[in-house]
Amino acid sequence: MNELSLHILDICQNSIKANSTLIEIIVNEAIKNNLFEIIIKDNGSGMNKKTLSEVADPFFTTRTTRKIGMGVSLFKMAAEMTEGSFDIQSQINKGTTVKAVFKHNHIDRAPLGIIEETISILVLNEANIDIYYEHNFNNQKFIFDTREVKKVLDGISFTNYDVIMWIKNNIKEGIFDIHKEETQ
Amino acid sequence: MKSLDDLKKIRDAAQKKVSMRGKNDGTRILVGMATCGISAGARPVMNKFVEELSNRSLDSVTVTPVGCIGECAIEPIVEVLEGEKRTTYCRVDVRVAERIVKEHIVGGKVVQDYVIGKFRI
Repeated sequence: MNELSLHILDICQNSIKANSTLIEIIVNEAIKNNLFEIIIKDNGSGMNKKTLSEVADPFFTTRTTRKIGMGVSLFKMAAEMTEGSFDIQSQINKGTTVKAVFKHNHIDRAPLGIIEETISILVLNEANIDIYYEHNFNNQKFIFDTREVKKVLDGISFTNYDVIMWIKNNIKEGIFDIHKEETQ
Repeated sequence: MKSLDDLKKIRDAAQKKVSMRGKNDGTRILVGMATCGISAGARPVMNKFVEELSNRSLDSVTVTPVGCIGECAIEPIVEVLEGEKRTTYCRVDVRVAERIVKEHIVGGKVVQDYVIGKFRI
């Protein structure tokens, strides 16, 4: 996977399988500290200590439930490749938080990529899970929250493709803007 | 969030629009979106489906990301469900996705070149 947003899509599939009702994705970019951080937090079923200790092992998989496979280990590798770090915390019935830290300017740090495609696919998930996306670039902040969108939509479904197109453009422009304002 | 007004316009238009009942009602497109699918290129494929359906105003057809069905070597896998009928496509790329919408969803003719039987019997 050559984009970090593909890893985000992949990790979020675990959250969906874990019966979450809300997935929070937070991307923090702090150029001053040379930091690029991705936090994915869900409120799903969580994992016990034994499972938690095994998830980052590429040869660990819960095949029967297909909760986790290669996804977590690939994401971990992507972070560690850039002299970053990877951490996963989980509590049964509370949820799971995955945190990957990258060195912002490291040559092996993959670009975030087309995050708006990732988010719009997540929005179309079958269980109608809410998605919160926050992107911080130095002091600039962009937030996208399906709970806010749902309020406006008043019952109109996300499977109305005009809505998905709006979501995609909204995220794309929002992220572009926080980067632009900083450089001016 | 920006341009919430635009979203309100989309909502109002959708509320006014009398949904057209047609042959595509209830058709579902499932795109394998597990680690194997994503790394094989399922995301641009799913995105293409959304774009094509949006361009053709086929709002009664749903696209949903799903897990892995265990044939990781021939991902991206796409399934089209029409009532009891299930068609499984594999090694789908953006070009094939466009053909599936044009020839199968709209035209009603299965895209034989990419059905799973060509790769697995």
